[in-house]
Amino acid sequence: MLQILFRRLFLGFVTVVVVSMIIFAGVEILPGDACTAFLEREAKGLILESCREDLGLNRPAVERYFDWAWNALQGDLGISANGKDSIASLVGARLGNSLLLAVCALSIGVPLAIILGIVTGLWRDKPIDLLISTSVIFAMTIPEFVSSTVLILVFSAWLGWLPGIVLTSASAPISEFFPEIILPVVVLSMVMTAHILRMVRSSVIEVMGSDYIQMATLKGVPYWRMVFLHALPNALLPAINIIALTIAWLLGGVVVVEVVFNYPGLGRMMIDSISDRDLPVVQALALIVATVYVFVNLSADMLTMIANPRLRTLYTRK
Amino acid sequence: MTVSATAIPQNSTLDHFSSILRDVLSRPSGAVGLFLVVFHIILALISPYIAPYDFKEMNSTMMLADPGINHWLGTDHLGRDVFSRTIQGGREAMLVTGIATPVAVIWGGMVGIFFGLVGGRLDEVMMRLVDAFLSLPWILKMLLLIVTFGTSILVLVPTLAFIYGIPVIRIARAATQDVVARDFVSAARARGNSRATIMRRELLPNVLDSLMVEGAMRWSWMLLAFSSLSFLGFGVSPPTPDWGLMISDARGFMSFAPWGVLGPVIALSSLIIGINLTADALAKSLGIDRAQKATV
Repeated sequence: MLQILFRRLFLGFVTVVVVSMIIFAGVEILPGDACTAFLEREAKGLILESCREDLGLNRPAVERYFDWAWNALQGDLGISANGKDSIASLVGARLGNSLLLAVCALSIGVPLAIILGIVTGLWRDKPIDLLISTSVIFAMTIPEFVSSTVLILVFSAWLGWLPGIVLTSASAPISEFFPEIILPVVVLSMVMTAHILRMVRSSVIEVMGSDYIQMATLKGVPYWRMVFLHALPNALLPAINIIALTIAWLLGGVVVVEVVFNYPGLGRMMIDSISDRDLPVVQALALIVATVYVFVNLSADMLTMIANPRLRTLYTRK
Repeated sequence: MTVSATAIPQNSTLDHFSSILRDVLSRPSGAVGLFLVVFHIILALISPYIAPYDFKEMNSTMMLADPGINHWLGTDHLGRDVFSRTIQGGREAMLVTGIATPVAVIWGGMVGIFFGLVGGRLDEVMMRLVDAFLSLPWILKMLLLIVTFGTSILVLVPTLAFIYGIPVIRIARAATQDVVARDFVSAARARGNSRATIMRRELLPNVLDSLMVEGAMRWSWMLLAFSSLSFLGFGVSPPTPDWGLMISDARGFMSFAPWGVLGPVIALSSLIIGINLTADALAKSLGIDRAQKATV
């Protein structure tokens, strides 16, 4: 068990290292660097040279990569292209805001998805399942900017119930984000509920059709006792992985929703830094998001393995 | 006796596809979905000829006009006819994604089948690379490339095809691994067939079903990506009509001119839902459980 854990941790670490190389190489290959971005286009010759010298950009790429990676490992993400702000402090507040959004969306989305997933799975192909499963396709496929826009139109422009845009500054305390945060949370929970629900539904259907459940039925176990004690513990296991994917997505990929609602989280910071060609910030954000992705998924795998003894032996056989 | 029993002989390929098509059409979701998709494809082809107004024709006396006999969906903030722009707003998106999707599925599929067949160290290293690449949000990768190389079709098609081909590698590899240890592949190896022959004759027919479903899904994700980029201002450049861009432009006026938003919202949603309903029906027809590999 411990051996598997170390192996997986090591592989996760390798993935993060590979990501950091891809990010660094990617940014390196793209034309332009921090100096051309900072000094605009008119910078030529000597000024550019001296700027590069100042920032150490004329050293070999490999050497700079190890510098950057080593510093990042110690929590120092460098300074932004304007040459003043430390990226770590810029990211800090934004990360907190993204976390707030993620926690709100998760606390609504996960329970809702699990309950509805069980309901649709148990009453498969009944009217309630058809209704929910069809709505799920809508929630899953309609682009986030479309659903956000429609929600703003209905609840903010027409009904006037909720603010349609976030005006709170990035470093404001949590309490000030309410009620502005409600609409973005609704949009995000809709999408994630849809994904998790589908997974739970198909897993419930699979488990309910399995031999051991049939056996339990034949032995006369009461239906609800069987559902809760025999079926659900197994049926909900696969949900752990998809919830992990959702968490990773919430912490890094909700660029569009954050832009639509003007929410000051990591996603908007990412798009702003790309537009401004603030490459050090882009690199840092990419590294953070990828690391979160890798380790959230890793934790989910470990959790599934602890909860499911069959998987443990499966892994050791490899 | 043919050893490669599961390989589909050439002459029945057409029968195979028409039977799949019939199965998809027999499902309510498939029929509705396919209808929406075909409707949108036809609309994209003929819309320039049936549009009542030129999409870039501005009219300063008719800005943000209400819907009426002359302008079925009203006009936008520059006095352009929203209906004419809405029916043509999917052309660029469908052209770009319509080329990029098959390219992505073909290259990702080929690479995936190859690594599924070869296995070993090389496969292990490649999968680390794929994992690493997938751990970065799509929008970051797209934007970095677009900001650098521009937003012309010549950039967007290869960019989308590249980024969306990578997850296909995984799907194709997984589907290949399901069959690669089976007897008919060993038999082909024993016959001394080359890798290329094994990939084409033994593996591809078995992976094709997964790839078709994956292709339909990739198409809807690409459309989503394309319109999101337009919405954010990184896609189609004005005055070309595009749903994402139109929604973004009309958002500021939607409290008193909602049709400017609703037209493109309905158009874009109906196409994406159509594709997904079709993909869903296709997956069910082919017996592939899509929910099992749902990706956020």
